[in-house]
Amino acid sequence: MNEKRKPNMSPVKVTMPEQPADIRRSNFGEVALGYTAEMAMEEATRCLQCKHQPCVQGCPVNVRIPEFIAKVAEGDFLEAYRILSSTNSLPAVCGRVCPQEKQCEERCVRGIKHESVGIGRIERFVADWYLENAKDELVPPPCNNRKVAIVGSGPAGLTCAGDLAKLGYDVTVFEAFHVAGGVLMYGIPEFRLPKTLVQSEIKLLSKLGVKIKCDMVIGRVFSLDELMEEEGFDAIFIGSGAGLPSFMNIKGENLNQVYSANEFLTRVNLMQAWRWPEAATPISIGKCVAVIGGGNVAMDAARSAQRLGADKVYIIYRRSEEELPARLEEVEHAKEEGIIFKLLSNPVEVLGNDEGWVTGIRCIAMELGEPDASGRRRPVAIPGSEFDIELDTVIVAIGQSPNPLLRDTTPDLKCHSWGGIVVDEETLATSKEGVWAGGDAVTGAATVILAMGAGKQAAASIDEYIKAKYEET
Amino acid sequence: MNRIVSREVLNSETVMLDIEAPAIARKALPGQFIIFRVDELGERIPLTVAGTDTEKGTVRIIFQMVGKSTMQLGRKQVGETIASFVGPLGRPSELDHLAGKNVAVIGGGLGTAIAYPQATYLHKIGAHVDFIAGFRTKDLIILEDEMRAVSDNLYVATDDGSNGKKGFVTDVLKELIDAGKHYDLVIAIGPLVMMRAVANLTKPYNIDTLVSMNTIMVDGTGMCGCCRLTVGGEIKFSCVDGPDFDAHQVDFDEAIRRSKAYLKQEAYDREREKEKEESHRCRLTGEVRHE
Repeated sequence: MNEKRKPNMSPVKVTMPEQPADIRRSNFGEVALGYTAEMAMEEATRCLQCKHQPCVQGCPVNVRIPEFIAKVAEGDFLEAYRILSSTNSLPAVCGRVCPQEKQCEERCVRGIKHESVGIGRIERFVADWYLENAKDELVPPPCNNRKVAIVGSGPAGLTCAGDLAKLGYDVTVFEAFHVAGGVLMYGIPEFRLPKTLVQSEIKLLSKLGVKIKCDMVIGRVFSLDELMEEEGFDAIFIGSGAGLPSFMNIKGENLNQVYSANEFLTRVNLMQAWRWPEAATPISIGKCVAVIGGGNVAMDAARSAQRLGADKVYIIYRRSEEELPARLEEVEHAKEEGIIFKLLSNPVEVLGNDEGWVTGIRCIAMELGEPDASGRRRPVAIPGSEFDIELDTVIVAIGQSPNPLLRDTTPDLKCHSWGGIVVDEETLATSKEGVWAGGDAVTGAATVILAMGAGKQAAASIDEYIKAKYEET
Repeated sequence: MNRIVSREVLNSETVMLDIEAPAIARKALPGQFIIFRVDELGERIPLTVAGTDTEKGTVRIIFQMVGKSTMQLGRKQVGETIASFVGPLGRPSELDHLAGKNVAVIGGGLGTAIAYPQATYLHKIGAHVDFIAGFRTKDLIILEDEMRAVSDNLYVATDDGSNGKKGFVTDVLKELIDAGKHYDLVIAIGPLVMMRAVANLTKPYNIDTLVSMNTIMVDGTGMCGCCRLTVGGEIKFSCVDGPDFDAHQVDFDEAIRRSKAYLKQEAYDREREKEKEESHRCRLTGEVRHE
């Protein structure tokens, strides 16, 4: 580490180059274009190299942030990548989709008076640099012949797989879809997270020896017991995600052209419906689209609809702008792209014609009352304030609960009444011997990085369990 | 990638394939379905499992070549592969309590292929099975010998009377009920309008009736909600809550409207696919050669 280097005291981050809003709103290309080497090195010099490393505490996978940033400042990007990837199996993903402003960057000392160091932006640069420039140097560590099955290839599963592979385990990831990546492939749109990049990071895991089996619905084709008793797996990690979409339970919700955000995004991202008819899966959105909800998924759906050619795209949210759960950056991007925010509005009925197609939505205006259990002011309907918006398509993005398939087919897997798998908070062990779980399947819909943190935590527990098991015998 | 092990053309619009999928063959039960994808840009299409051979490790599917994907699948020859074959999905039909009971199994058109495994299972566990199969016309009748082998009585009706017995499956069922036949359960599988007609017929007689809802799907694992339908006033997902449902609780009118969600795109795709087929048709034999 270069102890003598004087920090760059610029109060603001090096600006991230972006596609202009009026151009990007009609293409699926990435919005943020990434730092050049010079930009990354300049931003890296803003890091104070604090001894107490508050940023690391803010990272769910404990990336050695000051260490890798120091290497970037020196221009040693390969070493920076080695440090970064020693605790994070998906850095190119995290550099793009982590809510850094609530994690590492929130704790950055530079952020007390001015803007924090752009940790996410530097991370992204290092990961992209490696994918573009690194020669094939990954060799799987010696295999210890202990088999671990991972159910689901989203961020939790891939992280768990990567950590266990690095420890020498024989890891197989089972994915229900035809490509690996989970929400990184079906959920997050191309313009925020390019799919080729997700596949590149997964390929690096394969080079570490991780086997990926797609088109395998665990619970159906193999039960958890069969995986352990017949297929010879010593342990299982469940990272099956929050795959069951919630609906509003209002009239008209089953009309044609009412989509769950999951369905809409899966059609567009995974099935590439925007390329129909070349890609066989169709989608039609018409001219006016409303997305119900205020989270990141709602922003993703609205901005995707815009890019598919809608004239008007609304976000309908029952609280005010302050309570929007989406990342600030996503809200800003959406606004720049022309998404219309109908705040303090709550849908009461989806309107349709006799043939069963959407024609609009009826909302009621809301005002904020007393704080509720979540600490946010509760939205209260204003009597008589109903209004209609003409629409062709409604996308419901009000959340999802854990996928029911495994709990339905595994009677001895203890679950909460709302569907989440019950785990020990310390170890992430489930009620079933040899089975761990983490990510949205346990917590309900949360973030990529929290799922990755859980995958990491479970990998450590599994390692401990298997070691103990074989030492005993 | 899954290989096609055998292929048989059942009639002008229906093809039967055995697909290599040993893990699925081992687990699939009557009522469950698979999802296939022909190629890398293919759609995910659900098809009910028509049978399995655990020794050969194959799963049988029978389908009508009515859309782009099924037309492409229907042209695939023995030895060729398809990109995805996922399953078994959905809850298996609950049939074990029907040993010794009277069951009417009704199949409409292609639905007979899907009803056939249920009839087979029921026959095996000792239920009394009346199999009622309906087709538009004589030339489209499929699996007649197979159905006869797994039923106590087989009734085949055609809409145009070309096989001698004119009428719909509901006409046959009504005649049997009115003649005093008692049924503990009616299972109806076929086009939505047929299943609705059966449900409307059995309701006043208070006969428990089960239908298999083959809705539009994407993932088939509960993730997207595309396959949702209203059953007893509640939203249900056909892929994880079904595909079997109590016929008297299903909102068929809504299901029929939802089945038309992509009619325009389907028609466009079908025309393009037909044009493509024509360009591959041999002028000597009239056969469509695979590209």
